[in-house]
Amino acid sequence: MGQAGHERGRIPPVTRYIMVIDLRRCIGCQTCTAACKQANGTPPGVQWRRVVDIETGTYPDVRRTFVPVSCMHCGDPPCLEVCPTQATFKRDDGLVDIDYELCIGCAYCAVACPYQQRFKVQRATFAYGGEPSPAEAAQFDPARLGVSTKCNFCSERIDAGRRTGRTPGIDPEVTPACVNSCISGALHFGDRDDPQSNVSRLLRDNESFRMHQELGTDPGMYYLVDGRP
Amino acid sequence: MPGSAAPRRQGFWDWRAACNFMFGGAGAGTLVYAAAVSSPSTGPGLVGLALVCCGLLCVWFEIGRPWRAMNVFRHAHSSWMTREAIVSLPLLGAGLGAAWYGGRWLPWITAALALAYVYSQARMLQGARGIPAWRHPRVVPLMIATGLAEGTGLGIVAQLLLDPAELPGWAALLLAGLVLIRELAFLAYLGGLGPADAPARAREVLAQFARRLAALDVAAIIAAAFGIIEPGLAWAVGVAGLLAAFAGGWFKFVLVIRAAYHQGLALSLTPVRGFGTTRPGARPGW
Repeated sequence: MGQAGHERGRIPPVTRYIMVIDLRRCIGCQTCTAACKQANGTPPGVQWRRVVDIETGTYPDVRRTFVPVSCMHCGDPPCLEVCPTQATFKRDDGLVDIDYELCIGCAYCAVACPYQQRFKVQRATFAYGGEPSPAEAAQFDPARLGVSTKCNFCSERIDAGRRTGRTPGIDPEVTPACVNSCISGALHFGDRDDPQSNVSRLLRDNESFRMHQELGTDPGMYYLVDGRP
Repeated sequence: MPGSAAPRRQGFWDWRAACNFMFGGAGAGTLVYAAAVSSPSTGPGLVGLALVCCGLLCVWFEIGRPWRAMNVFRHAHSSWMTREAIVSLPLLGAGLGAAWYGGRWLPWITAALALAYVYSQARMLQGARGIPAWRHPRVVPLMIATGLAEGTGLGIVAQLLLDPAELPGWAALLLAGLVLIRELAFLAYLGGLGPADAPARAREVLAQFARRLAALDVAAIIAAAFGIIEPGLAWAVGVAGLLAAFAGGWFKFVLVIRAAYHQGLALSLTPVRGFGTTRPGARPGW
């Protein structure tokens, strides 16, 4: 498994793509948010990727933590379990995606997701009034109206990696847009099941946690908080 | 608010979804009552069916792609929404059959399907893992108890309006008992939300509503008691029925709309920043 996974571009028999976010590095610049919007053409009010700002402690001992969040691509996704149409599905590489042609827009997934990472818009809206800008018009997809949408880790890029023999998380062309855009090197993407991958090394060398792990969702987003001695 | 980590109220399921739980639960309860009274009158049964249909119609108006509604049947393996939809078909068929042909078994088959329907609805709420106030296991007995109380209340009202002579003497006692069970189930549920660590705002909303529900339930039980003590006071039983149904519907509205706070975002640990060590996590807004 390890050797096969290390071979560039080849999908090993067991693959689990995850994202590793170094909270020590994130500065809350929201470049990943903007890159996601640009790459996926999400309408106003819909942010598949966002960075929340959490303040802790009391003056003068306070801390500010910037926490990038998106779909966690859970190993046991609550959204998949409840979806009445099987529109939500999990791929063999661990990505959770939505078939917009099957989704009925019941939003059951949206209330089942503990991370609030499902979105639904009923009507087309654009950033500057009723008419789309040229960029919005180019990316507008009517299939996304009235159905549930979310981050898919830029799955079309991952698929391109499969076709072209390049490695997601290493080669920028087949890596999620948010990871490519991160100016502080806080975001990393790769295969958790490959012990030689970038993300496996980061998880070995650093202390991390996953959000709401107690709910049994097995989220695929790891937050680094400190190095290991 | 895109940048907020605190639990916020879900906006995906609005009054139309709430109406599915309100009408569907009450309608299923009415169908169980209709079987229990074994009345030749088809009134309560038809009222129950109409309510279930209204609930399904409301949810049809809620979904984003109503013309694909048939896709809802595709995931019986794990989705309680699919199971609710599957049960609804034989329920409507058996209910119409019971209303048309009567007989001894069809009303009871309808009642069994109605129980399965209200159970599916309760499990559907519990399956929403993103909403702590819904996912608590005690929501299941509570939704069943309130559905039966509401349905019995509406069944009694339907009988009083359509065929008062058919109202059995024990109906008031049954109603009072079910309302009492509903109240106890609600208190047990509310008491379980604290240990289950539900968001404070959700618990506040439900704690405020607890007083209103208790007042309505006590009033319903007193009105039913008048009917038990003095069988001639059928109107008192009718008032108790209306109160039981109204209180249950109001509770479901509060649960689905007002107490439905998301899980929120949280940190298990706060990271090192330059120097020092990690610190305890944070859960804003709880």
